[in-house]
Amino acid sequence: MAKMKGATVVNIERCKGCNLCVVACPLHVLALTTKNVNQKGYNYAQTVLEDTCTGCTSCAVVCPDGCITVYRKKEE
Amino acid sequence: MDIKEIIQPENMVYHKPDLLNDVPMHYCPGCSHGVVHKLVSEIVAEMGMNEKTVGVSPVGCAVFAYKYIDIDWEEAAHGRAPAVATAIKRLWPDRLVFTYQGDGDLACIGTAESIHALNRGENITIIFINNAIYGMTGGQMAPTTLMGMKTATCPYGRDAKLHGYPLKITELAANLEGTCYVTRQSVHTVGAINKTKKALRKAFENSMQGKGSSLVEIVSTCNSGWKMSPEKANKWMEENMFPYYQLGDLKDTTNQ
Repeated sequence: MAKMKGATVVNIERCKGCNLCVVACPLHVLALTTKNVNQKGYNYAQTVLEDTCTGCTSCAVVCPDGCITVYRKKEE
Repeated sequence: MDIKEIIQPENMVYHKPDLLNDVPMHYCPGCSHGVVHKLVSEIVAEMGMNEKTVGVSPVGCAVFAYKYIDIDWEEAAHGRAPAVATAIKRLWPDRLVFTYQGDGDLACIGTAESIHALNRGENITIIFINNAIYGMTGGQMAPTTLMGMKTATCPYGRDAKLHGYPLKITELAANLEGTCYVTRQSVHTVGAINKTKKALRKAFENSMQGKGSSLVEIVSTCNSGWKMSPEKANKWMEENMFPYYQLGDLKDTTNQ
């Protein structure tokens, strides 16, 4: 079966750092920043395990603010 | 594969619904309202009703819903959303009309309007966000507050002798003749969100097909009102809310 590769793009300024995407990701691809904050002062979500993402969209579905865009492509 | 190869418009599988405006939502981080807003936006777009949907927003945290979802909105006085929705739907039968209410709005201040609109079988959908607390005003006790639960106005926990029992208004609605679809869902996991989306879609379709009133209760969290982190609030909801407010369809006469 062809492997799926995914990528997530977080709208940093919209993110409120609620951590729900981090909990929802089955592969621990996302994590909140520990030092950096956005303009509102929140630690935002970022992709930490880029290669692991399969583009399952779990993180984006649970995001209450619709900050995450997910891309998915078949690995050739 | 390079990440830039994946991030191409043709590979996009999920993005913020188009009907959801870019303006940042005022909800607290992790609030369930955002997820329900997204679902409503998605369903309205999927049904092709962008120009033909009227939402009635309540008084409560969702009072600014008209800023966030790009459809027509009407603001109702506290609790009176079902009465306003009744008028809109009767005057404009080809419109998809729904109300979006919290537990303080629907189960307390607007109990009469809600019960009677549901009993009359108005062809509207009522989305009922139940987080067991008055969220916007700072976490006071609501009729749906659980027994023993501490809030700003019952700091020693809800006591039946003093405050009465939590109101299961959805069970009440299921006993009314006018309702065709009454369900209780939640939005704390991906699976639950998908189920809620199906339920909302069904409710919207019922109202367009003139089958009667639909009530979709969504058991939600109010993490700032409950004074917990969003994750912890989800867990608390599973442990404490779900045993009392059991998820599932309570009434469905649409297939008969």
